[in-house]
Amino acid sequence: MKHFTIVSILVILLTVFVYVLLQAVGLLPTQASSQAVIIDQLFDIHIGIISFLFSLIVVFIGYSFIVFRRNKLLPDEEGQHITGSSKLEIVWTLVPLAVVIFISYLGAISLAETRKIDPQALEVKVTGGQWYWSFDYPDYGITSDALYLPVDRQVKLSLTSMDVIHSFWVPEFRVKQDVLPGENLVKELRFTPIETGDFMVLCAELCGGAHAYMNSPVKVVTEGEFQDWVDEELGNFPQDPESLGERLAKNNGCFGCHSVDGKDGVGPTWKGLYGSEKTLVSGEKIMVDEEYLHESIVNPNSQIVLGYPANVMAQNYSELFTDEEINNIIAFIKSLE
Amino acid sequence: MKSFMSTGIVKGILYQITGSFMGAGILGGIRALMGLSWKTEPAIVLGGLVGAIGFMVGVGGFKDWWKMALGEEVNEASQVFGEQGLKRYFGFSLDHKVIGIQYGILSMVLLVLGGSLALIFRVELAQSGLQILNFVQFNTLVGLHGMVLIASILMGIAAMSNYVVPLLIGAEDMAFPRLNAFSFWIAVPASIILMSSMLFGGFETGWTAYPPLSVRGPMGIQMFFLGVFIVGWSSILGALNLIATVLTMRSKGMELFKMPIFAWSVLATSIISLTATQLIGLSFQLVMFERLFEMSFFTPSNGGNPILFQHLFWFYSHPAVYIFVLPGLGIISELLPVFVRKPLFGYKWVAMSSMGIALTGFLVWGHHMFTAGIEEYLRVPFMYSTLLVAVPTGVKFFSWVATIWQGKARFPVPMLFVLGGIIVFLLGGLTGPPSGTVSTDLHLHDTYYIVGHFHNTMFGGFIFPIFAAIYYWYPKITGRRMSETLGKIHFYLMTPSFFLMTFGQMRIGLLGMRRRIADYDPAMGFDFTQLLITIGGYLIAISILIFFYNLIVSAKKGESATGNVWNSRSPEWDILPSPAPAHNYAGIHFNVVGEPYDYGLKGSKYVELAQVEAQSKESDE
Ligand code: HEC
Ligand SMILES: [Cu+2]
Ligand SMILES: [Cu+2]
Repeated sequence: MKHFTIVSILVILLTVFVYVLLQAVGLLPTQASSQAVIIDQLFDIHIGIISFLFSLIVVFIGYSFIVFRRNKLLPDEEGQHITGSSKLEIVWTLVPLAVVIFISYLGAISLAETRKIDPQALEVKVTGGQWYWSFDYPDYGITSDALYLPVDRQVKLSLTSMDVIHSFWVPEFRVKQDVLPGENLVKELRFTPIETGDFMVLCAELCGGAHAYMNSPVKVVTEGEFQDWVDEELGNFPQDPESLGERLAKNNGCFGCHSVDGKDGVGPTWKGLYGSEKTLVSGEKIMVDEEYLHESIVNPNSQIVLGYPANVMAQNYSELFTDEEINNIIAFIKSLE
Repeated sequence: MKSFMSTGIVKGILYQITGSFMGAGILGGIRALMGLSWKTEPAIVLGGLVGAIGFMVGVGGFKDWWKMALGEEVNEASQVFGEQGLKRYFGFSLDHKVIGIQYGILSMVLLVLGGSLALIFRVELAQSGLQILNFVQFNTLVGLHGMVLIASILMGIAAMSNYVVPLLIGAEDMAFPRLNAFSFWIAVPASIILMSSMLFGGFETGWTAYPPLSVRGPMGIQMFFLGVFIVGWSSILGALNLIATVLTMRSKGMELFKMPIFAWSVLATSIISLTATQLIGLSFQLVMFERLFEMSFFTPSNGGNPILFQHLFWFYSHPAVYIFVLPGLGIISELLPVFVRKPLFGYKWVAMSSMGIALTGFLVWGHHMFTAGIEEYLRVPFMYSTLLVAVPTGVKFFSWVATIWQGKARFPVPMLFVLGGIIVFLLGGLTGPPSGTVSTDLHLHDTYYIVGHFHNTMFGGFIFPIFAAIYYWYPKITGRRMSETLGKIHFYLMTPSFFLMTFGQMRIGLLGMRRRIADYDPAMGFDFTQLLITIGGYLIAISILIFFYNLIVSAKKGESATGNVWNSRSPEWDILPSPAPAHNYAGIHFNVVGEPYDYGLKGSKYVELAQVEAQSKESDE
């Protein structure tokens, strides 16, 4: 009995120590959404349980090794012949069972809390593609490559992918949802930002190639600033073809593969593209003119530039863009001398 | 030279190369006859397949079966004595002990390969920015590191089960010696095919190979699929053999609840391998077909569903985790009583907990898909079933602790690794629940936290126990002991290095480090921790080099140990000399006269030679 009293005290002490230590090192990023607050409460419970079980096992083993160590004078000393105890086994089956069911129950509640629906939520359509994010605000008719969100208002994301599986994750918001291709597989994710500031959406599902760089800025701003941003996007934006083209290219992920400063990427740079001479895989040499650019965008596989892979660019830009929009993009490419 | 060329493995590889070219040629030929141009992808797939069959022909895997099919006589396996000396390990042998060592060698070779892949990409990750690798190379290394080590683990557990189980249960060999040899040898061409994915452009998908990504991109993925598919065969057939052996070949008087506990864990593991492996094979095969024949099982734009793949894949790959760890946990339960000199606490409960883990393991695969977009109503039930696994796992831990409690522990090297295994697996077990409850997993999924978590389970459940097993049974294999000093250096270098690595991984994962990224934003402040992780990884590698040195040198120079070195009750130590003779107990009869783990009970024995019994009867009269 004496041993069990000592061990119990040691277990409690070590539990407290481990728990305090784990809390003190700051395990998680800041809580920037109301979901993060809920989820972190469950993390706290887990940390408590981890500290306790770790201490329980380690203290018992360590104590036994030290206190019941073999007598130096009796090198062949054997342990006591104790083969088991059904009572104990039943206890340490049933007690954990109860705990496990209880934790699952807490987990279910926690999940339900994070999924509370606010009918007033701001709707944003999120599109992921190799390797960019694009955000549509259907209420405002805005498309953007950064996610602007007003603080303290729930946002409802509808997520879809252009190609492979991606995953939407902002560590400070805690929540994550895979983004699937397929019209019938549009997924929904809701959260409420509670802190203004700059964050990053990171693609969390391996999507090949530049997966590591599939990040876009998330800006949580006040309601007023959000309205200013909307106004600016809608009204004050220059309406000349070049600027419109640049916006289109930016918001549709072209810059994920094409640079405008001469750097090589997955696709050829656009700097100085117009008017240059190119060799195609077919061996043909061509001059880059408007017609060629048009064809390269709507029907990319028809002319593949030497040294670059086919089948990488999406094949459906002709459906995605109107003719006018394509002409704007071409105007933008032309301006990059 | 001539004898070198006639070694089974050399012949096998030559046949495999020839077969591969033949397969590729046949496909090219057929296409040419149909007026189609050359296409590399189907050619390498058929080539790989024919190559694997070629290997089996070359190594002699079909010889006896072919004779039987023709109605000719073949020797019973117990009549075959085969080659002796080192050479027997490199050719087709029917002896379970030889096959066990062969599995072990393959496992260690794959361990070195898979580990080295990690050492390469860890250099890339030691610092933010891209230094030595491009994206495809990085992704290939990450994916192969995973799958090669999975193969290594499968081979490692097969090594332990093959070598040890017949010895423990008093059998002369495995139930089906030819099938046993076949299961081993088929894994060799499979491993070669798996590694060859690097030659064909690598692959970008990681070991999970999710479509649609795996449907696009470099064709190295086909070799990855094919390699795994064939390793799966090895695993299924091996499991079948082990189940038959454990159920039918126990020596007289050894009831199920009297067999050594390791046999229980092997039984549980084999039930999983036998019934779940098909699912990963099938899912990979479907993606192969999707690529080869443009069938569309998983691509939504043509009516497929990518989530279906994930269900099929995880239906195997979660239980697979228990395939990997149950034998290791069995080793812990097997060795602990020997070194604390106390009976295994609650033997039946420990045995049943393996079964319990195996069964609940089948019901939890959905926890890998909490963020995948599965039906909403599935997430909560999978959370309950997942956490339920903690119950039988808890039984194991509590029983181990109770076994240790008041034991008179000794700490030779195998015991150190047993303890390391317990503590590391404890960390693996404790870091699991946060990713088992849905809402917290929304944060953890696909982060480095998960990487840390499963390295804990794999090291605790496999790496530490297999080292314990090797140090422990080495004298049985060679008649010599491995050096204790080097073994201790190995242990005391590897364990802290492992903690450095895994705590680093979990720490940055919680803070936002994703899995499988070649580069990370320096602004996140992970550089220093990443460097530590890399250092930890390299220190582990060094410790394992020391282990290999010890392993090889001790075979010749080790202290001779022919008797019951560990003072164990189990028949292979108590009855057999070391090294264990061919056909084990052939001609020796022993009876099971007690419980396997009654340490501390004066005068009791687990097994007794039949003659001894007869003699004592005589003297009684
Ligand atoms: C996933 C990567 C990727 C994305 C995204 C992408 N492209 Fe491309 N693009 C390529 C590659 C690779 C090539 C070279 C192969 C070829 O000629 O089709 C290319 C070629 C081109 C060319 C011909 C360039 C030359 O040097 O001849 C044009 C024009 C072009 N893309 C426009 C676009 C536009 C406009 C967008 C956005 C709407 C876009 N691309 C998005 C990968 C991409
Ligand atoms: Cu990604
Ligand atoms: Cu799992």
